[in-house]
Amino acid sequence: MKKLINKPEMAVKEAMAGMAAAHPDLIRVDLEQQIIVRKDAPVRGKVGVISGGGSGHEPMHGGFVGMGMLDAACPGAVFTSPVPDQMLAATQAVDGGVGVLHIVKNYTGDVLNFEMAAELAAANGVQVESVVTNDDVAVQDSLYTAGRRGVGVTVLLEKIVGGFAETKAPLEKVAELARRVNSQGRSMGMALISCTVPTAGKPTFELGDDEMEIGIGIHGEPGRRRVKLAPADDITEMLAMPIIEDLGLKSGENVLAMVNGMGGTPLIELYIVYNALNRILQGKRISIARSLVGSYITSLEMAGCSITLVRLDDELTRYWDAPVHTPALRWGV
Amino acid sequence: MTNEQIMSWLERIADVLHENAQYLTQLDSPIGDADHGINMDRGFTAIRAKFLDMATMDIASRLKTVGMTLVSTVGGASGPLYGTAFLRAATAASGKQELAPADLVAMLDAFLGGIVARGKAQPGEKTMVDALTPAVSSAKEALAQGKDTAEITARAAAAAEEGMKATIPMQATKGRASYLGERSIGHQDPGATSSWLIVRSLSEACTSTPRP
Repeated sequence: MKKLINKPEMAVKEAMAGMAAAHPDLIRVDLEQQIIVRKDAPVRGKVGVISGGGSGHEPMHGGFVGMGMLDAACPGAVFTSPVPDQMLAATQAVDGGVGVLHIVKNYTGDVLNFEMAAELAAANGVQVESVVTNDDVAVQDSLYTAGRRGVGVTVLLEKIVGGFAETKAPLEKVAELARRVNSQGRSMGMALISCTVPTAGKPTFELGDDEMEIGIGIHGEPGRRRVKLAPADDITEMLAMPIIEDLGLKSGENVLAMVNGMGGTPLIELYIVYNALNRILQGKRISIARSLVGSYITSLEMAGCSITLVRLDDELTRYWDAPVHTPALRWGV
Repeated sequence: MTNEQIMSWLERIADVLHENAQYLTQLDSPIGDADHGINMDRGFTAIRAKFLDMATMDIASRLKTVGMTLVSTVGGASGPLYGTAFLRAATAASGKQELAPADLVAMLDAFLGGIVARGKAQPGEKTMVDALTPAVSSAKEALAQGKDTAEITARAAAAAEEGMKATIPMQATKGRASYLGERSIGHQDPGATSSWLIVRSLSEACTSTPRP
């Protein structure tokens, strides 16, 4: 295993300390409680927005803490949901007196831990609303699975909802907008090369030189099917078509398109995929009103990409455009 | 089952999960995200650090401490599931200075109940429930037949082992393994495996003399 780490068990804490040192104007970090908090939290009169999840997806969520996006993030062990104590500490740290929104990705661990945290917060008298993201079209939405995973739309939702929360909108409206973004977004991902969890010491799965995994999640878990490697244009079609179909996107509609790197894929390749995606959407007369290309929701060093499309309207576009200042996303300031 | 044997049980769990951390993680690779063993070991290592404090506690307080520590340290789905299991077991053992056979079975039943309440899995979904449900049924049957604690827990452990192995051909419909659909078939469930280890540890603690 070749990684830029010291002791595997210390990776998360050392990375948190590094983030705090690199961005002292934006965030503060509590290594004891294991949370990353916006520097000026709590912002009085503003709904606090928190999320959390396993580490290994950076910049999600810690890199999205700051003005216009998240008020706090709770990093768990690599690919492991954080514990309720963290969410409770984060909730208390961002409570501006008008309630807190929990953004929860649909994985059993995240859901159970956030559920317990919300119970504890309610017992402490803080009003909490929870929104679950479940945009992954790779998993059939049925009674026979744990439900669709929360993936790419989580990033876009955190930005849009964070922008709306800055206007001091009330909790129920912020939660409503969050649910709307989730319902209008779909994603699908693929992998060329697996990742290696530091404490496991070897790749989570093995792919042959001519193989790729379609329908991956973000935790290094294998996906729905393993197929022969194909050119980028074909891969893009394999990811984009199910998204377009599932979302029922029609000619004349506007979307926010994200081509996301899984961590181990260079930008040149992400732009090749975007080129193909652009052509596919143009062919269907679906207009890309806004775009984001880069590694925003990753799986350590997994080579691969994911595509997310969100159906946009004026309101969602306005809050996407609103100023944001976090370690990973910054515009309008 | 005495308070000492409860302590022995917890020590054995800590040991066996530590010894099997890599194995459980390996099981968690084809159908998970390669962290079950590491997470459980972390939880029980934190519990081991509290053994000294737990020395003066009664049965229920020991189980409650285990439950709360698991919730606070394990993360993932296993933390809330096993945490709730031990918390419910603690409630069932409340006020008892030792567990008569019927109390022990009630505690095991509450343990399973905690997992079902939190995770909502039913038998056949390729989870911890598939090892624990037969374990509890066997224990209840043995109790009804008037068996002693050692026999009850031995049968529970054997049933848990069978249940764990029975997960191999199952298709997962809960948790991370469920995303794989049919590809989850042919792999032993890591959660059912750690559940078996916990029940086997219980049987060992009830069969041998307490550790000095």
